[in-house]
Amino acid sequence: MKSMIRFFVQRLLSAITVLMIVIVIVFMLIRLTGDPAAIVAGDSATTEQIQKIREGMGLERPLPTQFGIWFGALLHGDLGESFSSHESVARLIGDCLEPTLALALCTIFFAVIVAVPLGTIAGWRHGGWLDRTLMSFSTLGFSVPVFVLGYILIWLVSLKLGWLPVFGYERLSDGFVPFIRHLILPSFTLSLIYIALIARVTRAAVSEALIEDFVRTARAKGLSEWRVLIQHALANSAVPIVTVIGIGLTLLLGGVVVTERIYAIHGLGDLTVSAVLDRDFRVVQAVILLFSVTCVLMNLLVDLTYLIFDPRIRY
Amino acid sequence: MTHPVLQVDALSVSLPRGADRTKAVSDVSFAVRSGQLMCLVGESGSGKSMIAHTVMGLLPRNVRATSGRVLLTGEDILEGTPRRLRELRGQQMSMIFQEPMTALSPVMRCGRQIDELLVQHCNLSSGDRRKRVLKMLEHVRLPDAERIYSSYPHQLSGGQRQRIMIAMALILKPALLIADEPTTALDVTTQADILRLIRDLQRENNTAVLFITHDFGVVAEIADTVVVIKDGEVVESGLPSNVLSQPCHAYTRMLLAAVPGFKPRKLQLGSDARVKLHAKGLTRIFDSGGWLRQSRRVIAADAVDLEVYKGETLGIVGESGSGKSTVARLLSRLITPSGGEIELDSLNVTRLRGAAALEFRRKVQVVFQDPYRSLNPRRTVGAAISEGPINFGASQAKARERSAELMKLVQLSPNSLNRYPHEFSGGQRQRICIARALAVGPEVIIADEAVSALDVSVQEQILALFEEIQQRLHLTLIFITHDLRVAAQICNRVVVMQQGRVVEQGPATQIFQNPRHEYTRALLASAPGRDFEFGMKESHSIFEPR
Amino acid sequence: MHDISDSVVTTILFPSSATAVPGAWRRLKRNWSVRLGGGVLIFFALISLFAPWLGVVDPSWLDSGNINRVPGYSGSFALPSGENIARTFWMGTDGSGRDIYSRVLYGGRISLVLGISVAALSIVIGLTVGLAAGYVRWIDGIVMRVMDGLMAIPGILLALFLVALWRASLETVIAAITLTEIPRVARLVRSLVLSIREEPYVEAAISVGTSTSKLIWRHILPNAVAPLIVQATYVCAVAMIMESALSFLGVGLPLDRPTWGNIMAEGRASFNLFPHNVFIPGAFLALTVLSVNMLGDGLRDTLDPRFGRRGE
Repeated sequence: MKSMIRFFVQRLLSAITVLMIVIVIVFMLIRLTGDPAAIVAGDSATTEQIQKIREGMGLERPLPTQFGIWFGALLHGDLGESFSSHESVARLIGDCLEPTLALALCTIFFAVIVAVPLGTIAGWRHGGWLDRTLMSFSTLGFSVPVFVLGYILIWLVSLKLGWLPVFGYERLSDGFVPFIRHLILPSFTLSLIYIALIARVTRAAVSEALIEDFVRTARAKGLSEWRVLIQHALANSAVPIVTVIGIGLTLLLGGVVVTERIYAIHGLGDLTVSAVLDRDFRVVQAVILLFSVTCVLMNLLVDLTYLIFDPRIRY
Repeated sequence: MTHPVLQVDALSVSLPRGADRTKAVSDVSFAVRSGQLMCLVGESGSGKSMIAHTVMGLLPRNVRATSGRVLLTGEDILEGTPRRLRELRGQQMSMIFQEPMTALSPVMRCGRQIDELLVQHCNLSSGDRRKRVLKMLEHVRLPDAERIYSSYPHQLSGGQRQRIMIAMALILKPALLIADEPTTALDVTTQADILRLIRDLQRENNTAVLFITHDFGVVAEIADTVVVIKDGEVVESGLPSNVLSQPCHAYTRMLLAAVPGFKPRKLQLGSDARVKLHAKGLTRIFDSGGWLRQSRRVIAADAVDLEVYKGETLGIVGESGSGKSTVARLLSRLITPSGGEIELDSLNVTRLRGAAALEFRRKVQVVFQDPYRSLNPRRTVGAAISEGPINFGASQAKARERSAELMKLVQLSPNSLNRYPHEFSGGQRQRICIARALAVGPEVIIADEAVSALDVSVQEQILALFEEIQQRLHLTLIFITHDLRVAAQICNRVVVMQQGRVVEQGPATQIFQNPRHEYTRALLASAPGRDFEFGMKESHSIFEPR
Repeated sequence: MHDISDSVVTTILFPSSATAVPGAWRRLKRNWSVRLGGGVLIFFALISLFAPWLGVVDPSWLDSGNINRVPGYSGSFALPSGENIARTFWMGTDGSGRDIYSRVLYGGRISLVLGISVAALSIVIGLTVGLAAGYVRWIDGIVMRVMDGLMAIPGILLALFLVALWRASLETVIAAITLTEIPRVARLVRSLVLSIREEPYVEAAISVGTSTSKLIWRHILPNAVAPLIVQATYVCAVAMIMESALSFLGVGLPLDRPTWGNIMAEGRASFNLFPHNVFIPGAFLALTVLSVNMLGDGLRDTLDPRFGRRGE
């Protein structure tokens, strides 16, 4: 119990450290890379206009003061207001949250239920034709860019076969069937690389576990191959598998940006790209921060699942 | 006449292409009867484990039994379907392995791992199964069965884990137990307990045991019959009294002669010997973790005082965790002490830096345990040996010349200086490591379990090499070992360590023949086959059955 | 999370230890994945290098008379000089009347140069950072935390942000993508250094008086090279995808540079009618990345010393 609490506190502190560093990086990015006021003002702005914006943003104050003000507001959930639409950034993000969340959750769910069994089978039949086929597909999954895959699917499934809508998003409140119909293609597109990653790690972990001595013991006990595979090999592979699911989340959230752009889903990714094109960096900053915080927190959660999967950490 | 429990008839097992020989096992026959313990003895690579795995039906996919029969109470295992083999495993035959740490799943409670076997093979309620497992845990003399039941393997000691394995193997009272080097990874005192346990349970259930080992001490201790195997072929078999005392085959004779004897061979040096290396109150504390992490404080070496005389061989013996390797690393200054002092030739070297530290390094050299990992796989042997001399200012050509001389000294061909470590065997690599240590012209050599990973015949050669170079180069040798036989063989004086402390030190003759400390006595009493006189080039001794 | 995820990363790359035995070179040449991946990659490198001699026209030249021609269309093409030539558009033309074949061939140059530059830069910088972190305690504490922070930010978002701030050019795109890849390389190097440092041969070298710099140069680096080469191929593949994703999102290299991403980005508008504008550059990109990844997989398999031993 004591070591559990210690593990928890240690991981929490480490996550908080990383969070603070992310916050500092996000804050510094815009300030280290040129004059933010000039960037915001655009190419055709006069010196006076830039000066005015600079004062408006508080940029003439020393960096630590700027950070203090910005961070203080951040703690209150105040992300400032958009340069272009003058709406509250928090509000803009709130409006775009649902589609992104739906897309991400749907993708993770789909990827995990596909990748873990595939990886397990590949690891079990290490070196066999099934393994080689699955691994070739996994390499392919790493190689086909999300947007190329997206367009192939749109062209085939939506345009040629007419089975699914081409793009857009339907809110869950407007009915489950249209909601899911609009999510199938984007989730599938986004999940491919994630599946490739998880399946690879699962395969490596399972095939490593299968040559361990305890698997030989399990076989010597006369256990069925199924039991050996699930209760012994897979159970001992849980830590690397959940770890890669956590690591892959960063990859996934990056993919969300592109996928939303392909399927014209007005989520956070779409919001970010539009904001970048509008040079509305406060919005971009806020979304990057949100995504990174999500990644850190999810990885913290993953760390805590080690307590379930590995008793050596618990005791 | 009833069937033997296990009968192996003309068994051959082929290896996949590309292996160093075509057959792992060729034309092997033997039988084990119920209530009998048969030792299968051989060096590494002899195919003894392969035989065990064939019997269990656990061969890797690319290895097959090509001919012969393996009869388990009359039923041919080689003809069995996978389903039938699964039924037999655990019920009719079971196996325990060398490494009890890795042989148990780290993420499952010990009780459940035994329970799995009952789930698979019996039709019992969960309450009955639990009772039965608990009873078995008590039976293998584990204290507090309830607690053990719900423990994970990492919470138990090596001996306890091996008891769990034995409980698991014997809970269904199989006719055959295969024990694959079950005590090799254990300390000598634990080994004695486990051997006794196996022996007792076997008598009680009348089990047939196929016991695989490389250790003739163990054979002398427990075997009813012996089969000696070399390169997959049986060279000799029979009663231990015959095989050990009057071996007919040259290979068996060679093996037996290589087993170090228990009688110390060397005396303490004369009183005129100078102190070469002196450790005063040497202490090393390991604090693991640190900031917020679970801090575990391990006192690996606790105020160790020892003196090494010039030209002698000092043995440091002890079980795992006794701190003997820590002392080796402290003396060679690979780690810094937390307290205490080291003197070399009456000069305090504890806190040397820079050039003086380098000079110390030149004088004190180390030979490590694992010959496979102590050479950089990407550098040639020549580069490895000449690295030291070049560091100390020798020219390339000079260092090269020296390497060639040293290769000759360690009885390897100087022509192979351009080859890579993987082209050499374990024993040859250890010779290279010795040459590397000698290359800088040291005065003291610390050998940290330097012969432990080697087969007994190779071990004998390396020990002889150590003796030879010591005499030729007037070296002082510190020999760290867990093997009392090895210590008896080459040490003038012996230091016995337990839990970081020196419990006794003195001349080898006194330590072995008249031990004063209780722990030393326990260690000596646990050594298997101690009543049997090994290491006699001309074996005249008479085997006395115990 | 860090120690365990390090080991996961090294597990993907190198299932066992980091050391490769000599003789890997022979196995390498026999590995079909290396042969096929390497072969295709060399083919792509050659056609983009020798593009000017492969029947191309100016990839940026617009011929308003040939807008959205489907692949295989034969007609006449108005050159910048005003001259008209007969030409078969094997890959069609885009919405502004530019020849896709010429654009795709030139686009290969940019992708390959970018992929190799990013791989080389991030390996060199990541190696420096990782070595320092593996050897100097305070660097490990501070720099690796910053690396963790950078890794928590989705790479494409970070690159998007930086490129938008810096104004897109080949150099800024390379710099932005490199920055997102450095942390991964640094983490790999650090964990390799920490594990190799524990090897007895390193201790043996210390005890014969080898200095730290020689130790790194002779013992640690040579044993870390194999995983780093593999990592470099993966970085190269990711960089090529990332570059075209940036173009696709509208912040990559300026639209007048013929990159595969730009051709696709421009092809999006009329995708439902003329999908070849997206599919042809997409296929080139996917094939190139696939060949790089295959090369990487093959390298990993052959350089892993345990690969040949498995099942014995």
